[in-house]
This record gives sequence, C-alpha cells and structure tokens, in this order.
Amino acid sequence: MQSNGDCRVDVAAVRRDFPILDRTVRGGKRLVYLDSGATSQKPVQVLDAEREFLLSSNAAVHRGAHQLSEEATGVYEKARNRVAEFVGAASEELVFTKNATEAINLVAYAIGNAAFAGPKSTRFRLGPGDEVVVTEMEHHANLVPWQELCKRTGATLRWFTFTDEGRLDLSEIDTLINERTRLVAFTHRSNVLGTVNPVDVLVARAREVGAITVLDACQSVPHGVLGVGAVNFPALGVDFAAFTGHKMLGPTGVGALYGRAELLDALPPFLTGGSMIESVRMEETTYTAPPQRFEAGVPMVSQVIGLAAATDYLTGVGMANIAAHEQELTELALAGLAQIPGVRVLGPTDAVNRGGAVSFNIDDIHPHDVSQVLDSLGIAVRTGHHCAWPLHRKLDEAASVRATFYLYNDADEVAALLEGVREAQRYFKAA
Amino acid sequence: MQLESMYQEIILDHYRNPHHKGLRDQYQAEVHHVNPTCGDEVTLRVRLSDVALGENAVIEDVSYASQGCSISQASASVLSDLVIGKEVGEALAVHEAFLELMQSRGESAGDEEVLEDAVAFAGVSKFPARVKCALLSWMALKDATAQALSTGGDEKHG
Repeated sequence: MQSNGDCRVDVAAVRRDFPILDRTVRGGKRLVYLDSGATSQKPVQVLDAEREFLLSSNAAVHRGAHQLSEEATGVYEKARNRVAEFVGAASEELVFTKNATEAINLVAYAIGNAAFAGPKSTRFRLGPGDEVVVTEMEHHANLVPWQELCKRTGATLRWFTFTDEGRLDLSEIDTLINERTRLVAFTHRSNVLGTVNPVDVLVARAREVGAITVLDACQSVPHGVLGVGAVNFPALGVDFAAFTGHKMLGPTGVGALYGRAELLDALPPFLTGGSMIESVRMEETTYTAPPQRFEAGVPMVSQVIGLAAATDYLTGVGMANIAAHEQELTELALAGLAQIPGVRVLGPTDAVNRGGAVSFNIDDIHPHDVSQVLDSLGIAVRTGHHCAWPLHRKLDEAASVRATFYLYNDADEVAALLEGVREAQRYFKAA
Repeated sequence: MQLESMYQEIILDHYRNPHHKGLRDQYQAEVHHVNPTCGDEVTLRVRLSDVALGENAVIEDVSYASQGCSISQASASVLSDLVIGKEVGEALAVHEAFLELMQSRGESAGDEEVLEDAVAFAGVSKFPARVKCALLSWMALKDATAQALSTGGDEKHG
C-alpha cells in the first residue's frame, strides 16, 4: 500500500492487500474485476480494523457509561472525524447512514417533514408551484426520492437532459433553474456515462435563485478528481452530498450524508427514536443537534470504523494518484473500444471531464450475452440499466455493458476486456 | 468453459430465427412483462378457442413482440412452438415442467417428452442470474391465459 512517483499507483503492491483479486473463477480463469462501480473490493486493512474493534472494544455507542461503551463511542466519533476530513467537512456536518440511497432519502423525507416542523425549518417547505430540478442521467437513487417528494408535496419535478455526447445540456439552465426552483439534485459523476458534471455552474445558478443543492457523489468520492485529489464538498459549495462506503473500499451497510452545518441544524429529522432525542415526554419530544439528530437507533459501528480505515487507505495511496491512474486506464479502454468495429460507447468518447465508468454496447449482441462471454473469461462487468433507466431510454438502449476501473486494476485487465469484446463478437458471429 | 452449456445450438437457432414472432391481431388477452434488472421486455397475446371450456380451451395462437438477450428471445420462440395447439391446462403443465427445470441449478436434464426443444435450457439453470431471462415469456403466458379465461374471452383486435 504505497504510491510510486513513476507509475502513480503501485498496482502490484496494492493488489497484495486484496486477496480476492488472486482467486480464479469459472474453471480456473484469473479474476478480472471491472465492477468496482457496483461495489469495490476491500483491503485487509479495512477488515482488520473492523475485526480489531469487534474483538476488543465492541459496545453500543452513545449509551452506557462502562469502559467498552466509552471506547466504542470514542473510536466511532474518531472515525467520523476521519471520514469527514476525507471530504473536507467538519465532523458535525457528516451523518452516517446505511448507504447513499438512505442519505438522499433522508434529505427528501426531512424536507417533506418540514411542513409539520417548527419555524426553524420553514425554509425547506415545499408545495404546489415550487420546483425540484434533477437530470436525466441520474441513478434511480437520486431521482425516485425526488419524484416521491414532489408527489407528496405537490411540487413539480423538472430535469436537465443531456447531449448526444453524454454531457449535461446546460442550454436551458436559466429557465430550468428559476425563481420557483427550491432544490437542485444532480450527480457529480454519472455511474453510466462517466461524465463529470460542472458542479460550479449548477451551484452558482442554484445560489442565484436560493435553491438547495444535493450532490450524488457516489461515483466521485471513491475516485477523486483529476489534478486535484480528494473530493471536497465545502470547496464544491454544495449544500448536501451523499456517498457510500462499499464503493470506496469500505464495508456495505454504511454511507454518509454531508450537509452544511447551518442547513443540517434547521432540518427536521427523518427517522426518529433512540439516540436522536434531546428530551422525551409522553406529550412531546425535542431533538438533539446534528449529526446525531439524523442517526436514530444504534448505528453501524464496525462498518463506520471500516469506512474510516478505507479513507486512510485511499489517502495513503493518494487520491490524486488514484485519479491519474484511473484516467490512464479509461483512456486505454476508450481508445481500444474505438478500434473495434460495431462497438458504441455510451457517453463521452474522449477522456476529458470523464471518470472511469465505460459503458458500451456491441451491435447485434445483447449486453447480457456480452457479459456472459466476458464472465466465461473471468471478467466481471456490470450489465443491465445500472439503475439509470431513463438515461438508457434517452439513448434508446435497453441496457448496456459497463466496465469500471479502480486503483487495483491495470492495463493488462483493460487489454483482457478488449479481447473479451472481440471474443463475444466471434462467439455470436457479430463481426 | 460452460458457455456452450448455456448457448446450445438450438437456443442460438431460435434466437436468430424466432418462431411465431410478431403481434397478431386477434387475441383475448395481451400482457406486458418486464425484467426489472435488465429492462428486457415482452408483449404477449393469446387467442383461445373457446374460453367457456376453461383449461380445456385450446391455445390457437401466441404472438409476441420482445426485446432482450438471446436466452429470453429463444425462450419465447420455443414457448410458442410448444404451446400453440395445446389446451391451456396442458400448456400450464409444460410451464410447470419448465419452471422445475429452470430451478434445478443444473441438476435436471428435463423431460424431453414434455419439453421438447426447451430441454436445451437445462444449462441456463446453472446461471441463476439468467434464469429470469428464460422465464420472462413463460410468466407472461401464464398471466395472459389467466386473463383471457377470467375476462370471459371478449376478442380484441389489435
């Protein structure tokens, strides 16, 4: 686990921390794991951190006064500091959730609850005549919660479309985001197209009209920003952002919501119960301050500790190095696919403002069948609509094959993918 | 590896040259089924001889429009070959036999007497992610025949 100045990421050293990458699949084929966009593999350091906690300090956090409870609370909150620091946030601005989907739903439901909450949260109230703006390239997790919120409040959902090149179409930005717009939710980096969206432009326009911004950062936080390093939410200027642990070397069952302190403070709760209260009487309950106001029930302690270990691991390799490494693999994949007749890439075909999600289709072969051939060669890719059905409808594709790259992938694996694509064409006699 | 066990030549033949494909005008029930994980879809119509006969009504035609992978397309084609001309009850029995085969995780070879070309899908049962592809049109058929029988069989024209 170390970076190397010459080749940015020492992939061989990194891979030693991921024993699963050494296994074989489908009758002795070396595993080529190109599905980190769905979930990443976990290094032993993350597993060790969880195990160490469970073997030595396990207890329910934020309750009890015994020594284990103190220790567990201490490491849990220390883990919050580390994860918050990783995205440039203050600790009280980072709420742990089950995953990013829950984080986005938390914002959507809390905004819906503003209708019944006190005067502090009137700024969040939505109703008929108000507008919520999303994009046509969203993952369902950053679309359906807003559709539902609009249904509950009577607000209107509007959306940006995208161009044939897979870039957000900003030509209507000043009419789409207008004085009726209350909230703008968009992805930092498309999980299908790889497109990196212009957060600065969208945030600036949203601020002009006083709209809240919500960023889906699931595909950006794990991979960093080319030439910059780790994603930094305060620097981006967004109001809320969601990301998940399992796509960034961490465990499943833990995600996070970032919210600007001032907004979290005014936001009513989503889930209620233990841990999130200030005072409870039979007649009435008052809520505690963020972030705990949004963490009802005993939280997922060992997963949070694993996630903090994951951020340490990523920081150790260097987010700028990881971003540069993935850029190289993405360029290789795009160049290689461009040379295979009958292959069309969804999204930008140049590696500018584009992350390492490379989705494609092959003429006359269904993506399921492509991925089955790749699987027979040991290559794990995603197939389907990748929870972005409207995006696929817009492109007139029922589904697609998606390869995603991470710090532990190398150029040989990109070559294996390209050879696998040719093999699929041979097998189905499509070329 | 096991690619050939899934992509039997019979399956690829049906995929390339599907039988009975296309929506035909006379039918009593039309259903639309989607596989939500991949977006594959089928619109399927059935025409029965006399719905008053219930499960003894003969399936005179199955027509369909579909888009999807080789497995789902071939399965619809094989299905239409198998059930057209059979009584609804017989067709449902074939469906049961096919369902059993698909849930066998590679343990069953299937009864060729009952399933004919559909035994070629035995290999697919080893791939849990693809079983739904093979079953898509069969689930649609079950739904369509039930609808045709329950609505009393008013004939529609597409």
